[in-house]
Amino acid sequence: MSDAGNRFRTLLGHRLFWPVAVLVVMLAANTVYRPGFLAVELNNGHLYGTPIDILRLSAPLILVALGMTLVISTGGIDLSVGSVCAISGAIACLYISRAPDQDNLVTVLTALAMALGVALVLGAWNGVLVSVIGIQPIIATLILMVAGRGLAQLIAEGQIITINSGPYRAIGLGHLLTLPLAIFIALAAALLVAAFTRRTALGMIVESVGGNREASRLAGIRSGRVVFLVYVVSAACAAIAGFMMTANVSSADGNNTGLWVELDAILAVVIGGTSLAGGRFYLGGTILGALIIQTLTTTVYAMNISPQTALLFKAVVVIAVCLIQAPAFRAKFRRRRAGTPPPPQSSPQRQKEQVPA
Amino acid sequence: MTDSRPVLTMTGISKSFPGVRALHNVDFRLLPGEVHALMGENGAGKSTLIKVLTGVYGIDEGTVTLDGEQVAFNGPMQAAAAGVSTVYQEVNLCPNLSVAENIFIGREPRRLGAIPWGEVRRRARQLLARLDLDIDVTAPVGSFSLAVQQMVAIARAIDVQARVLILDEPTSSLDAGEVAQLFRIMRQLRDEGIAILFVTHFLDQVYGIADRITVLRNGALVGEYPIAELPQLALVEKMIGKELDVLELMEEHPRQSVTATEGGSPLVQVSQLGRRGSVAPFSLTINAGEVVGLAGLLGSGRTEVARLLFGADRADRGEVRVDGARTGLRNPVQAIEQGIGFCSENRRAEGIIADLSVRENMILAMQAARGWLRPIPRRRQDELVDRYIKALSIRPANPEMPVRNLSGGNQQKVLLARWLITEPRLLILDEPTRGIDIGAKAEIQKLVVQLSDGGMAVLFISAELEEVLRLSHRIVVMRDRQLVAQLDNDDTVDADRVMQTIASGTEREEASR
Ligand SMILES: Nc1ncnc2c1ncn2[C@@H]1O[C@H](COP(=O)(O)OP(=O)(O)OP(=O)(O)O)[C@@H](O)[C@H]1O
Ligand SMILES: [Mg+2]
Repeated sequence: MSDAGNRFRTLLGHRLFWPVAVLVVMLAANTVYRPGFLAVELNNGHLYGTPIDILRLSAPLILVALGMTLVISTGGIDLSVGSVCAISGAIACLYISRAPDQDNLVTVLTALAMALGVALVLGAWNGVLVSVIGIQPIIATLILMVAGRGLAQLIAEGQIITINSGPYRAIGLGHLLTLPLAIFIALAAALLVAAFTRRTALGMIVESVGGNREASRLAGIRSGRVVFLVYVVSAACAAIAGFMMTANVSSADGNNTGLWVELDAILAVVIGGTSLAGGRFYLGGTILGALIIQTLTTTVYAMNISPQTALLFKAVVVIAVCLIQAPAFRAKFRRRRAGTPPPPQSSPQRQKEQVPA
Repeated sequence: MTDSRPVLTMTGISKSFPGVRALHNVDFRLLPGEVHALMGENGAGKSTLIKVLTGVYGIDEGTVTLDGEQVAFNGPMQAAAAGVSTVYQEVNLCPNLSVAENIFIGREPRRLGAIPWGEVRRRARQLLARLDLDIDVTAPVGSFSLAVQQMVAIARAIDVQARVLILDEPTSSLDAGEVAQLFRIMRQLRDEGIAILFVTHFLDQVYGIADRITVLRNGALVGEYPIAELPQLALVEKMIGKELDVLELMEEHPRQSVTATEGGSPLVQVSQLGRRGSVAPFSLTINAGEVVGLAGLLGSGRTEVARLLFGADRADRGEVRVDGARTGLRNPVQAIEQGIGFCSENRRAEGIIADLSVRENMILAMQAARGWLRPIPRRRQDELVDRYIKALSIRPANPEMPVRNLSGGNQQKVLLARWLITEPRLLILDEPTRGIDIGAKAEIQKLVVQLSDGGMAVLFISAELEEVLRLSHRIVVMRDRQLVAQLDNDDTVDADRVMQTIASGTEREEASR
């Protein structure tokens, strides 16, 4: 009995318990509302259904959030990812739209390589601003967030670039082994980032820099290089996400591609358990966070909630997830249920966190 | 005095963390007008008892009464409001706020809702003057040395109209002068009837000021004793649960003969190395296998010398030779490449990475030197980490425990292990025994002797002159950010002579060699 109770408690205490629980509850609520919600059917050798859609649509967010996880782990933040999505999408689409044969695979690959190259340069720009010049990350990336939209507009000459390219469309809508290709791309990126950080010592070094930059420097870590690197990785992830977004609709719109994706990505990272203060990061948690956000968006559409209330609805769910995960909040909640009077002040909670080991 | 009613009692206190029982059924009482020393080894549960009392942690079992009334604080603020004022073990100030702001944060005087800053600054200056400290109270706290920060934290605590004052290792980075000043104030407060709880690993300080002693061991109460009934040796025995033979070992190793260094080759030679506003240009030679002690008062530039030698600060003049070849020590990476390691005195801000595990903290410097593309194989990591957990008796001996959960002394040992693992040729130790219990201190001193016998050079910085005298072949004396003397540690050198040199700044003629 106490053994089972213990196991239950460890389960409750697991980092991913609450995000998973929220996801399950959301899926269940949807199923109640619309019993066919979870149905998946095979048609033409492709799987169709709302769960598959959620996975496919969350792929770009997963990508952006993966890069964001590393940035946040170093104690930084990257607001420019949405603009990078737009720029890379615009460059790829522009190149393809000018090509004589839009279905040519080489043309598409060249376009992708070019756009990715530009994204790496943009990431390097962010990296230099933060690590060499020492501008605060939120300001440094705000520059590109704002200027990047203009850049995307310039590239597209103020137009929406429409293309008709089979291979490019496949990035967003293609299938592999009955499943959308985008899912595999996101999965591959996740595995790559995981291997890149956890198979090498990079992950630990990133966490160390985010946990205590000065101590890391004195331990001989070249913190500057690490910080530079994560912004480049973040931009690369955003570029691939930008390809997916534009491929989905076969057009690039400098104004709207990837709009506000940075906010969703930051939310996904936080829901996944990585602290905005830097330090430990959790890639699995981030992916789960992205899935939660996409499920939420789909739910809002499925339930015909008006767009005005939709954002509010989203906000409420996100606040709930964050609160449930906060140890301080849970402790307070538990204490109150146990009958101890609530604390008279509201500030002690903060105070508590400041007291060191 | 013993028959007065306790102002504070703790009864049957238990507190567990996942996998660790930090306190088990501990009783504790504090009488008004006494200085009560809480003693125990690293990890015995002293800080936990204090945090449980002030509501930083919840209590699993047991009760706390203040003036006969049961209390359960939800945090330091509430405790302070009830008259329990605390200085925690790790200096806990906001580094980017000014000294005055830090002293009054959370309880600023108000006039018509606004804060009268002039008055705040004036009162801050007065308070610090009580501690004999004359600093710019508008400067950010982070710009001062750890010792000054510790004094600021103390000033903050004694300003509260408290009935109970708790000081968790307040003297760990202070010099004799500051300690004396602090004790004067503690006595004054005690005579006013305030109950003071005092934690330290310095036995002579305990016998210098405490009225009674409570001893903890492994989270359990050993006993409560009037100071007169517990001589030093008996206290040590109670703390560690057996007789201490390392203590004798410390006697065995008075100081070693200087001749040991005569055959040594110069490992690091610096000439006229300096940094404006930090240390005046100095010249220094450190031989392989030599322990060089750095003595001087608080603020004399000891730490600054260490930081220049490690490249933590960049020198703006002077020349460095390692193995006779000219090199630069412009940043820690370069210094580490030359085989230099540096254990900072400020373990919280410049040492541990609180989020990471004991294992990761230990291998960090080695991993950094290898580069991230060549991770240390897990087997090798475990081997190294196990070895040093044993060698330094780090407790709990769990390599995967986040280092933030370790007691202060054990965190210090983890840092030491981080550098020992890199097998440096010159190890710079800035207050390595800060906050470490006497058993472990003797072990670390023994280790320094062993390492230097094995050919490692050690630059040893400590506020404790005895320690410096016991370990060093040569003693470098700092004063007012200048290197004023170098003394070969032979029979003619003793604490008095070093103190005189520190005070007078003479023997300057030797400084240039
Ligand atoms: N937040 C925590 N989580 C888990 N374990 C903890 C936590 N805080 C303390 N401990 C453990 O509780 C025990 C007692 O720690 P405590 O800090 O009270 O020791 P201490 O007597 O103050 O030692 P020191 O002299 O080194 O400061 C240690 O084993 C420590 O690892
Ligand atoms: Mg302690």
